[in-house]
Amino acid sequence: MLKLKTANADALYSRISDSAKLYLPVKRAGQVNYDLWESGCEVTLGEMTVKSPKDLFFPQSEDLMAFRVSGKSIEIENPELPTEPFVLFGVRACDARSFDVLDRVFLSDPVDSYYEARRNCGTVVSLGCLEPLRETCFCSVFGIDLAEPEGDVQAWVLGDEMYLSAKTEKGEKLLAAVKDLCEETDGAPLAAAKDEARAKMAKNPLADLDLTGFDGEHMMEKFNAPEWKDLYQACLGCGTCTFVCPTCQCYDIRDFDTGHGIQRYRCWDSCMYSDFTMMAAGTNRKTQMERFRQRFMHKLVYFPANNEGMYSCVGCGRCVSKCPMHLHIAKVIRTLGGKKQ
Amino acid sequence: MNNNALIPTIGVVTSIRRDTPDVKTFTVVRADTGTGVCFKHMPGQCAMLSIPGVGEAMFSITSSPTCTDHMEFSIKKCGCLTSWLHQMDVGQQVTVRGPYGNGFPVTTELKGKDLVFIAGGIGLAPLRSVIEYMLANRADYGHIDIVYGSRSKEDLVDIDIIRDVWMKAPDVDVHLTIDRPQDDWDGHVGFVPAYVTELGFDPNKTVLVCGPPIMIKFTLQSLGELGFEKTQVYTTMELRMKCGVGKCGRCNIGTKYVCKDGPVFRFDQLDELPDEY
Repeated sequence: MLKLKTANADALYSRISDSAKLYLPVKRAGQVNYDLWESGCEVTLGEMTVKSPKDLFFPQSEDLMAFRVSGKSIEIENPELPTEPFVLFGVRACDARSFDVLDRVFLSDPVDSYYEARRNCGTVVSLGCLEPLRETCFCSVFGIDLAEPEGDVQAWVLGDEMYLSAKTEKGEKLLAAVKDLCEETDGAPLAAAKDEARAKMAKNPLADLDLTGFDGEHMMEKFNAPEWKDLYQACLGCGTCTFVCPTCQCYDIRDFDTGHGIQRYRCWDSCMYSDFTMMAAGTNRKTQMERFRQRFMHKLVYFPANNEGMYSCVGCGRCVSKCPMHLHIAKVIRTLGGKKQ
Repeated sequence: MNNNALIPTIGVVTSIRRDTPDVKTFTVVRADTGTGVCFKHMPGQCAMLSIPGVGEAMFSITSSPTCTDHMEFSIKKCGCLTSWLHQMDVGQQVTVRGPYGNGFPVTTELKGKDLVFIAGGIGLAPLRSVIEYMLANRADYGHIDIVYGSRSKEDLVDIDIIRDVWMKAPDVDVHLTIDRPQDDWDGHVGFVPAYVTELGFDPNKTVLVCGPPIMIKFTLQSLGELGFEKTQVYTTMELRMKCGVGKCGRCNIGTKYVCKDGPVFRFDQLDELPDEY
């Protein structure tokens, strides 16, 4: 394990930037989001980013291919997939887990070439939480250890020191390039800090959510629960929850006439929208109740039933703080889940 | 690059047949060689067709896998892309990708069975692939009944093939019906579900049904009354799709993605899913 003074973090970022694009939480106009590091930017590791880092692997909008159309003929221009390495720094345990969820979708057969290329280019430096970032955090409900995030390199900031530990070959390569800026450490002070973080997490208001009954076996019971009729009432169908969600991966494919040809691209979409399933003959989810239910049934029942119990929610709490109607997955779990004593 | 699942191949339309006032059947071959299928498929599987700049959508492949020199798609004009396809001319190139979905279990569960095909309107399109496959492999299947109904005699898709090939095929009985009486029609008149009851099939047969939801609903009732179990009845589903590979999320019903795990389901399998289709 390596450590360096947080006061020297800029030297670390600068060194990483020498060989790869570096994305990390940066504050701009009062909001923190993953952004490209430049000397002098306001790196803000201590706040939850508004958007999740998923768009480094699954961009909000992404070109798939282009077509040259002339008369009745069509020619396909294959896309150039990304090959440039990048480093994603400061990913919290919840967001780090979300990459596993996205991998299950995009890297399962048939593999999504675009996602795979970005995933191969990226090195993830995760940042262990030594206290819950916010009151709305509930990653522990999904079995995520906030203090031991997944990633190529694990990092922690304790006092005025940053600790770095490589977990994969990619991670070791990254740390080898910054070793001279750091000193070796056994990381001893971290153990107590991690335990303290876990204890604090257990006291977070949403940490007592109980997922009892959210599994494939109870699919029809949960689907037919009468509570959905009340739960969905205030939902505006705005889709904010899906756009800030680190695991929402539904997408649309559209064509755009550039004037020089047709660009086929995909972009994030939302099952909360009324035209999501609309066909010429109509839609199979006619009301917002059905669309609202679909989103939560997918995250809490269908996805885990297909993925050995892995939920497609990581407890980051972004939807909890961003939903304009204070409707969110925690409320759904509270209403339809078990009751922890 | 063609291990990229979203990148299509180019096909070219070599003939267009008007079946009914709103259904046309398009013959498509590979554009690079000017002949042959864009890819191999099994009966009941689907393809994503697109006209760049207009749209891309999922269609069942109407031709049988035993037809290797071209593919056919019977398409009803009902939305943006299908309207565009209906006004195009022979020689138009289209993009094609697939095959998608599971198809009907022609090499396993359906083998050796006496079969009843029940179709309404454009619902014949996915079943024609199965019927023609079975006729080409006749010894592998038992007796075949085909019940096919539409609004009027002008709305019967594939009527020439039905009259010239299916009605003359050995051990095949075709039962046509139209909703209301018409001049020059001496066949059966009435809705498909009632006709199924009237025909009174042996409940040991296996049924493949495709048509408008309301027809399927009442046909299932008729079959139930005749003693058929849900495990003997197959259908193929239609939902909005974008990717075709189980990732874009649109066709998700319960734990299934219709594009990948379907579109063919037995009714006992559908009973285990949320009723959202």
